[in-house]
Amino acid sequence: MSRILVCIKRVVDFNVRVRVRPDGSGVITEGVKMSINPFDEIALEEALRIKERGLAQEVLVACIGPTDCQQQLRTALAMGADRAILVQSDTPVQPLGAARAILALVNREQPQLVILGKQAIDDDNNQTGQMLAALWGRPQATFASRVELKDGKALVTREVDAGLETIEVDLPAVITTDLRLNEPRYVKLPEIMKAKKKPLDTLPLTQLATAAAPQLRVLRTDPPAQRQKGVMVKDVGELVAALKKKGLL
Amino acid sequence: MSNRVLIVAEHDGAKLNPSTAKCVTCARALPQTEIVVAVLAADGGAVSAQAAALAGVARVLRVDHAVNAHALAATWAPQVTSLAQGYTHVFGPSTTFGKDLMPRVAALLGVPQVSDVMAVEGAHKFRRPVYAGNAILTVEAPAESVVVATVRTASFEAAGQGGTAPIETVGLNVELPSHTRFVSVSAGSTDRPDLQTASRVISGGRALGSAENFKLLYDLAAKLGAAVGASRAAVDAGYAPNDMQVGQTGKIIAPELYIAVGISGAIQHLTGIKDARTIVAINKDAEAPIFEVADYGLVGDLFTIVPELDKLIAAR
Ligand SMILES: Cc1cc2nc3c(=O)[nH]c(=O)nc-3n(C[C@H](O)[C@H](O)[C@H](O)COP(=O)(O)OP(=O)(O)OC[C@H]3O[C@@H](n4cnc5c(N)ncnc54)[C@H](O)[C@@H]3O)c2cc1C
Ligand SMILES: Nc1ncnc2c1ncn2[C@@H]1O[C@H](COP(=O)(O)O)[C@@H](O)[C@H]1O
Repeated sequence: MSRILVCIKRVVDFNVRVRVRPDGSGVITEGVKMSINPFDEIALEEALRIKERGLAQEVLVACIGPTDCQQQLRTALAMGADRAILVQSDTPVQPLGAARAILALVNREQPQLVILGKQAIDDDNNQTGQMLAALWGRPQATFASRVELKDGKALVTREVDAGLETIEVDLPAVITTDLRLNEPRYVKLPEIMKAKKKPLDTLPLTQLATAAAPQLRVLRTDPPAQRQKGVMVKDVGELVAALKKKGLL
Repeated sequence: MSNRVLIVAEHDGAKLNPSTAKCVTCARALPQTEIVVAVLAADGGAVSAQAAALAGVARVLRVDHAVNAHALAATWAPQVTSLAQGYTHVFGPSTTFGKDLMPRVAALLGVPQVSDVMAVEGAHKFRRPVYAGNAILTVEAPAESVVVATVRTASFEAAGQGGTAPIETVGLNVELPSHTRFVSVSAGSTDRPDLQTASRVISGGRALGSAENFKLLYDLAAKLGAAVGASRAAVDAGYAPNDMQVGQTGKIIAPELYIAVGISGAIQHLTGIKDARTIVAINKDAEAPIFEVADYGLVGDLFTIVPELDKLIAAR
């Protein structure tokens, strides 16, 4: 195939302990480490491996968000992507808006495969890939842990509640990644230097998407209810006694 | 009736998944609601009867079609979209089934989706977790359009029995794509109680060190009638199958008793168990974050503690 499109989101790093603003207007993001959404690194790694096996010519990465996202796109280029597009938007996009924007990119770039993460770990929505597939009228293979490409088809193993499900989809198709698909590579210093010369285009969202997507309105952000810290028991006997007393054993 | 909720039933062809009864309870939290359950199947007789018996269900729509033998989102979504006409809400469970299907339905209907509803605050107002449960949003869906949502099953009790809803057979005239085909499914851990509904769960982490050592937990679980779960680290290392992963990106569970063995308590894991009634943690590191949320903590080596626990429980 000629092209794979990988969608990456810039999110608060998974190691950051996220805190809610005291006034309930959101979470604190100032001075917080930002990264490529972990599932999207897996998506990019998969695309790179497909290209390295000679099954694709170009890996294109795209991110919808503010100018700061260039950092994550540069990292993606350093990992090995050939070209990057920033779809610039200063207001946050929700999954339906993201899916519409990605569809517009798909129409311009004509990829045979679009790989996304299964879930962005900030909003935990798990929607965008499925929505893109619906709008595009193409197959979706979500929560992938194995992808095999052959004769214009993809055989995808999916992590589902019951175990592992395998489906076959015709290309072009949308795949979303799960944790076991691969282990993303580390970026090496020379690649970071080389990536500075790779093309990174910026395109305003308003120029790309036709109409603004309907959105959920966020009314309030609250901290979660905290669990009470319990007691320490000194040995197994004490533990069993305590559980029996509570009627749990 | 001001609200009409369509719930997409999750099932395996023979049995209704308990996640559906939890969606019913969530739907009942909406004001003035008529609840209708849609059963898409190759032969939905048995499953429709089970759905009709759920308390609170007004009607069951039975949609039999050979392609519905497997829940492929690409073929189910156009059918659900067509059924959704006239409804104010379309709900599915926040299981891998619902997570795969419902956003496709929402996009076909041209509306945003509310993922992981944990509380209903009004016909269009819901609470849902973000950032691995570190923050809870109150969101409002557009008032003028249908609400598509997935229900965080750990937040709702299952609806009881006693319903006698009529079952209506529905034939749909919808064009179904053939670009997506089911090949096979292999179950990871079938002979034990289901992780998502078990009242007792024992989970193991990286500290177990091997798939063989997980047998310690399986043996103990068998004595307790418990399901067995795992941390991501244990699944990544191949000690346990993927369907055992508990947490932000695995299964969210709410058992009566949760025993975490050799699990550090990363936020991504904790968000999967925060609704457990009682949490027990066994860890050799007294500083492990899991102890911050545990009702009972025991510091020590799991390889001595678990066999002791096993013996004491066997002797009960
Ligand atoms: C995008 C993303 C999604 C994620 N999703 C999930 C998820 O859904 N679920 C999840 O669980 N994690 C998830 N994680 C991973 C999470 O951040 C942690 O890395 C993981 O939970 C750690 O697993 P663990 O506690 O088994 O391992 P570790 O953190 O290595 O902890 C092992 C623990 O065992 C203890 N120990 C060692 N030896 C013994 C012994 N002999 N006896 C007793 N105790 C012992 C140690 O003290 C330590 O506390 C996710 C991470 C990312 C980035
Ligand atoms: N703003 C965005 N820019 C690029 N990709 C995105 C964006 N939002 C979501 N995605 C992609 O969609 C996936 C699922 O996101 P979500 O539906 O928000 O959980 C992510 O892992 C990304 O691959």
